[in-house]
Amino acid sequence: MLLDLVAKLGRTTLGLIRAAGSLTLFALSGLSHIVRPPFYGRVFLSTFLETGFFSLPVVALTALFSGGVIALQSYTGFAQYHVQSAIAGIVVLAVTRELGPVLAGLMVAGRVGAAMAAEIGTMRVTDQVDALTTLSTNPMKYLVAPRLLAGIIALPLLVLVADVLGVAGGFTVSVVKLGFSPHAYITATLNSVKVIDVTVGLVKAALFGFLIALMGCYYGYNSKGGAEGVGTATTSAVVAASILLLAFDYLLTDLFFSQ
Amino acid sequence: MTGTLPKIRIRDLHKSFGSKKVLDGINLDVMPGTSFVIIGGSGSGKSVLLRCILGLITPDAGSIEIDGEDMITASPRRQDALRGKIGMLFQNGALFDSLPVWENVTFGLLALKRLNRKDARGHAGSILAQVGLDPTVGELYPSELSGGMQKRVGLARAIAAQPDILFFDEPTTGLDPIMGAVIDGLIVDCVKKLGSTAIAITHDMASAQRIGDEAAMLYKGQLIWQGPASSLMNSGNAMVDQFTHGRREGPITMELRR
Repeated sequence: MLLDLVAKLGRTTLGLIRAAGSLTLFALSGLSHIVRPPFYGRVFLSTFLETGFFSLPVVALTALFSGGVIALQSYTGFAQYHVQSAIAGIVVLAVTRELGPVLAGLMVAGRVGAAMAAEIGTMRVTDQVDALTTLSTNPMKYLVAPRLLAGIIALPLLVLVADVLGVAGGFTVSVVKLGFSPHAYITATLNSVKVIDVTVGLVKAALFGFLIALMGCYYGYNSKGGAEGVGTATTSAVVAASILLLAFDYLLTDLFFSQ
Repeated sequence: MTGTLPKIRIRDLHKSFGSKKVLDGINLDVMPGTSFVIIGGSGSGKSVLLRCILGLITPDAGSIEIDGEDMITASPRRQDALRGKIGMLFQNGALFDSLPVWENVTFGLLALKRLNRKDARGHAGSILAQVGLDPTVGELYPSELSGGMQKRVGLARAIAAQPDILFFDEPTTGLDPIMGAVIDGLIVDCVKKLGSTAIAITHDMASAQRIGDEAAMLYKGQLIWQGPASSLMNSGNAMVDQFTHGRREGPITMELRR
């Protein structure tokens, strides 16, 4: 009974180590192909547009409403202590340091990470990945490297937009609903935000973009078993990307901001 | 001496997935210019054998030589070069969904930089004509094509780089008998025109006899018979005869769950 339990634990541990090793090798191989020719500019461009441009509406709306919600909630709490003037600073720090990258990342993970896993997974189960190999094309170079690069570049740009719109959401709610002076709000915002806040947010975004693309490509590339396998790969890619994203968000926050 | 060197030489090839032995000591020589057909039931290891030769699956043991060069021990660069000699028609076409037909057909040529994108569309039209398709088909996407047309486009993609070796994985599966015969005819024409060596795997006996010069039967991971494709229907081997005539009774027993 006890031996069975130990054996099961051992098998699970070995499986986890094997999966971590496989994912690490996949990531290193994908990254190395980013800098080694041939380069597939068309694939990169179409993935970049899909990841960046076509994710703009969902990221913009999420950021706008989140900024507004933070302003409202902060006001509710801060009004008790008569420190409503801190709202502008709270909104801009929350958005640039955390909510911009995290919300944009989660939205892109659901939209683009899932699409990557489904597309590459379908290519895998219909022999299209093998067909690439037979046509003198390395699938890691053609399918994975452009997507990783697109994720790394597109997400920081999306987060810049999210930062601006998140602050705009807080500004709109504070001015229109809570009666703040527009000039005072903007001044407080500019006084509160530092370059490091925005920079760290963008570094987080680049890492999140990489993780989302990596999970989408990894699970898609290793999918098997037809339609069900592709469905499982898609779900796994989104779940794994979301968890990793939040875990790395904590680690980076701890690294840059804990005193 | 070079004339007698097999185009493909396989020696003592083994491959297992877990405890399941799929290839169990395959030995095979395919001479240049020969059209070789491998028959066998579902799950007999035909596709795995083809994928091992292509380097898509790494065998557990044995050797696979293409023009005298071992595919398994070759460097990745040499493997790519050897693969460049091979054109492959996949069972379900394996056309790239996201690309139009013309780009599918010229994909290998563009990858090898033997063609630039400006000329690719026109070139694709001439290759499509070779497989009996109108050049305007080049503007369509794979999802807009019938099964027969997808096979033809897959064939056009396989022959586009004029390879030394052509592989056909179940070329007539899923097609009606007339379309199957049309595809077989196109395969024979293309192989003759290019002077290529061909290996086809199938369990369609009519197709096997139309395509092949020589044939072999794979059963439980072993080649149990080899001979002229014309003698497939009267091979004298009880297993081959049972298989080619589709008899329920005989030495081959199907593992059915009741």
